[in-house]
Amino acid sequence: MRMTPLLTAGLLSAPAMAGTVSITIPQGKIAEYKKPYVVAWLEPTDGSPIRTLSAWYNVRKTGAESGTKYLVDLRTWWRKGGRSLMLPADGISGATRAPGTYTIPLPADLKPGEYILNVEAARESGGHELVSVPLVNGAGSASGKTELGAVVVTK
Amino acid sequence: MRKIGLILPALIALAGPAMAERAWIHPAATIFIENEWVSVDAGTSTDPFQPDHQPTQLGAIKVWQPDGTEGKMENAITSRYRSSFDVHLVKPGTWRIGTADSRIMGSFKVDGVEWRLGGRRGPQPGMAMAGGAGGAAAAPAQPPADAPKFVSSVDEIPANATDLQITESLSRDETFVTAGEPSRAIFEPTGKGLEMVPVTHPAELLTNEPSKFKFLVDGKPAAGLKVTIVPDGRRYRDSENALELTTGADGVLTVKWPGAGMYWLNTTLSDNHPITPRATQRRMSYTATLEVMQP
Repeated sequence: MRMTPLLTAGLLSAPAMAGTVSITIPQGKIAEYKKPYVVAWLEPTDGSPIRTLSAWYNVRKTGAESGTKYLVDLRTWWRKGGRSLMLPADGISGATRAPGTYTIPLPADLKPGEYILNVEAARESGGHELVSVPLVNGAGSASGKTELGAVVVTK
Repeated sequence: MRKIGLILPALIALAGPAMAERAWIHPAATIFIENEWVSVDAGTSTDPFQPDHQPTQLGAIKVWQPDGTEGKMENAITSRYRSSFDVHLVKPGTWRIGTADSRIMGSFKVDGVEWRLGGRRGPQPGMAMAGGAGGAAAAPAQPPADAPKFVSSVDEIPANATDLQITESLSRDETFVTAGEPSRAIFEPTGKGLEMVPVTHPAELLTNEPSKFKFLVDGKPAAGLKVTIVPDGRRYRDSENALELTTGADGVLTVKWPGAGMYWLNTTLSDNHPITPRATQRRMSYTATLEVMQP
């Protein structure tokens, strides 16, 4: 529900051929399963700044221990650019997701160049995992082993 | 007997770096989002971060905000083996938490009689005979005539003093905590004594790439400086696994970290360039606690 306006915005601004990223959060066989924090970003291979596509975290929790507190656990993203992002951010922030497969749009205004699509997950009382997908002609796929399933980028 | 008792404390104080007593400032973590709190312990022990010897006095510790102004310690307590406090990271950027201590101590002679400056005093009057002949402690509180004479500051050294052996002792001990985006304002060196300016930002120390730190003495590169780095968790290893490294001609130290975790870095340097007038030598110590992350 929360993502609906964001998805709509993405679709409206995207040309017909805009790419997508599909992210699978695997089912955890754990009694006390907490939905993971998941972030997706595009990293230019030339070292220029990253572009965060989505950040799923506890957006509702505010106050002394707000939901943003544990964003630092997405340590690679945090270091590469998450720490300079003001959250919540329109089109980026979203609630955590239950296990399943989700699709987010690639930005339509992406400049030509070489990119790596990264998806990083961290779960309370759980693990941490980073899946990196080097894009070849705007597409690619890779799979995580613990906290993430398949990450598929299609043109 | 008496003479040994008096000289020994002075020797212990002067032998600082050679002793296995290490001061440490130990933050629970160093990378936070803005407005988060960091919990910090400070103490002295043989194994860094193991609170089993002495607490650091809270009055010696300072917090610097990213803009260089003084920050606040909160919920501070001193317990048997450590002091603990929180810092509320109310401003974005890199904070510094640590101690900067400077002392003067040594000896000189006036008309052939030895005097001492600073450092630890001899036994207090009245305590002088304690442990000696039974009942002597009840004697009038007068130090014996041959007890050494003390002055507490350099200004009190008489003009006709000879045989000056005055050591200026400077020590820094610090750690860096970053809230949100890192900043570098607090790395600005003072140009006095032994300092470290991170080349690799302390919020970006990684196991898969070497980190660089520039060491300065009086603002100039400290070339060939020997630096010791001890990983946390000594208790759970057979050996200390310390890294013994040396700075290059440019004063830069390059560190390849053996793993993620907290590290205690220390280096000492002695020279004959004290800042204090009439001091004859200088002993400097620099200590930092650094957190290394997986990439």
